Amino acid sequence: MADNEDGTETKTRVAMPEQEPDFRRRNFEEVPLGYTQEMAIKEASRCLQCKSPTCVEGCPVEIDIPAFIQLIKDEKVDEAIKKIWEKNRLPAVCGRVCPQESQCEGRCVLAKKGRPIAIGNLERFAADFAREKGIEEVSPKPEPTGKKVAIVGSGPAGLTVAADLIAKGHQVTIFEALHKPGGVLVYGIPEFRLPKDIVADEVESLERQGAEIECNTVVGMTVTIDELFEEGYGAIFIGVGAGLPRFMNIPGENLVGVMSANEYLTRANLMKAYLFPEYDTPIPKGKNVVVLGAGNVATDSARTAMRLGADTVRIVYRRSREEMPARAAEIHHAEEEGIEFLLLTNPTRFLGDDVGRVVGMECIKMELGEPDASGRRRPLAIEGSEFEIECDLVIIAVGTEANPLLTRYTEGLKLNKWGYIEADPETGKTSIEGVWAGGDIVTGSATVIQAMGAGRRAASSIHEYLTRNGRASKSVES
Amino acid sequence: MFKIVKRKEMANGTVILNEIKAPLIAHKAKPGQFVILKADEKGERIPLTMADSDPERGTITVIYKVVGKSTELFKSLEVGDSYQDAIGPLGQPTHLEKVGTVVCVGGGTGIAVLHPIAQGLKRAGNRVIGIIGARTDDLIILEEEMRAVCDELFVCTDDGSRGHHGFVTDILRKVLEEETVNLTVAIGPVPMMKFVTEITKPYKVKTLVSLNPIMIDGTGMCGGCRVSVDGENKFACVDGPEFDGHKVDFDQLMQRLQAYQLEEKESSKAHRCKLDL
Repeated sequence: MADNEDGTETKTRVAMPEQEPDFRRRNFEEVPLGYTQEMAIKEASRCLQCKSPTCVEGCPVEIDIPAFIQLIKDEKVDEAIKKIWEKNRLPAVCGRVCPQESQCEGRCVLAKKGRPIAIGNLERFAADFAREKGIEEVSPKPEPTGKKVAIVGSGPAGLTVAADLIAKGHQVTIFEALHKPGGVLVYGIPEFRLPKDIVADEVESLERQGAEIECNTVVGMTVTIDELFEEGYGAIFIGVGAGLPRFMNIPGENLVGVMSANEYLTRANLMKAYLFPEYDTPIPKGKNVVVLGAGNVATDSARTAMRLGADTVRIVYRRSREEMPARAAEIHHAEEEGIEFLLLTNPTRFLGDDVGRVVGMECIKMELGEPDASGRRRPLAIEGSEFEIECDLVIIAVGTEANPLLTRYTEGLKLNKWGYIEADPETGKTSIEGVWAGGDIVTGSATVIQAMGAGRRAASSIHEYLTRNGRASKSVES
Repeated sequence: MFKIVKRKEMANGTVILNEIKAPLIAHKAKPGQFVILKADEKGERIPLTMADSDPERGTITVIYKVVGKSTELFKSLEVGDSYQDAIGPLGQPTHLEKVGTVVCVGGGTGIAVLHPIAQGLKRAGNRVIGIIGARTDDLIILEEEMRAVCDELFVCTDDGSRGHHGFVTDILRKVLEEETVNLTVAIGPVPMMKFVTEITKPYKVKTLVSLNPIMIDGTGMCGGCRVSVDGENKFACVDGPEFDGHKVDFDQLMQRLQAYQLEEKESSKAHRCKLDL
């Protein structure tokens, strides 16, 4: 199948087929369509099977990448998926949303030549293959330990902790504040990038393995951490994710039509407002949409707005293209779909009409100065360069802050100055015995796979703790 | 699933009381806090401040006005039917302490939210003066319940069909003139709360209002419920829902509440068409 005689390396990566930009920009179906088995084998055949594989070092959960790729090449996809499952319970998710270019693929030796193995595409292929063929992990049921673990938050960190601890024989209950499990995978990432059926499948698979999921439970409000201990949970993992959306703090921000990306995406994804009025939750359909920020949340918002029928969608960013934090693939997809980029531009105020709806935005042009603390060149306003643009919907995607809900009502939980939970980076241990934390509530906004990595480390520490002793009763604690 | 164990139509069927089985929430709920209800898979998440909670029965009570698609859907639920989702308690509870004389002003379904707060303030040892109002006599709710927890109760109707002919603010002004008031709590339509704060301001009487802006998650994630309080953005779901009324930008709140006016009409229309089939 491979182009080269030795069968190791074709010249170019096998591209994954995608919906055509002109077509997909108005629908919510997934954009990349997946490899056929033939494509997967062809791509897998390019892998050099390095003796000391650098790709694995780039993977936060250390999947044995060369091994699963070899199995795909050998047409043993059912074994390939099992190889992945050894380290990663959510391959259908990670194959789609991991920033492979800065992780496994970025470390691939072929990356130097600009054509690393498409590890993400292959991971997705194996996971989708398993879904279609109904392949389930049939690991021998572990001996029950009789220990109960509470997991707060059902996002990528929480799901990983649950999967790892079930495999060790512990009983886990996941508490989710929203009405559907999945966290950011459900409310944040749009259908066209991560179909919700896939998330639901992963969650159901965990439930079949024995995880209990309690939705509609806001830990801190409905039940407290102390009460969970009283109910007999021996350890608690907190993975409640990102919280309060950050705003720009400029005039006119509370005009109708100016909203956070959290709100916009939650309406679209969790509440399925793109199907309004079949679903009851509405979403504003802007004609001229502006998105502030340039991360993946910004590109997700912009692409959602385009799919909801916008005439123009502009991403406004104060730095230049090189500094945009979104994945290159997302920026490329957005551009193909007709999204414009207004770079080196910063909003100064929002303009409203007499009933308080946004009708425009005043911006100022920026230039890049000396590097700042982040190492990126500092954007500086060019005096007198203000200009106005018309818009009827503004989506603010400039990051989030720590959610205070759980932390406010949990005495003794040490937080850093930004309100995030202080946790040991190696183990996830917090200042309270028996309580671990990981994911965005510890690090601030990061990626799905980083949260999963934190979950993996916490699970291993929790297992060790539960095996050794478990939580001392309160009286003998101090 | 959260089963409705009691249902009552009030104010000519324009207002509905639901007592809902939700033991975890009932166990924790305090006056001033809210829940989010969602009727079914395709439903909206609707925040409603609770009118009562009973830890022993394991129930919470909400009283809401039927105003659009979602509340029409709620209204169609009978005893024995269930809400698919109920989340709570959310928001900060009312700070109930003894301050002296408190005036509790309620309008429309705001009276339902006001009642447990008035009760709590009475139990804390305050003298409680109640002023409740509605457009007409038959739209007044919970009059007897309010009378039971207030030292004095005034009833007002816009059309004079019962009690004072005029607004709650007329009576409030009179009370403020006649005696020393230490705290006012005003819960009702936004214009009513706005006028109450305008009246109490010259008397320098602290005035709490309970806000119900548009929100999705109710846990501090969406920022849709942001309210300008003393020039600073606050999230009603985690910082509220009660705020110092003298610092709230009510005009902005009113504009923000209109955000989905067109969509609400479309949704209600689609719902009614379905019912007519």
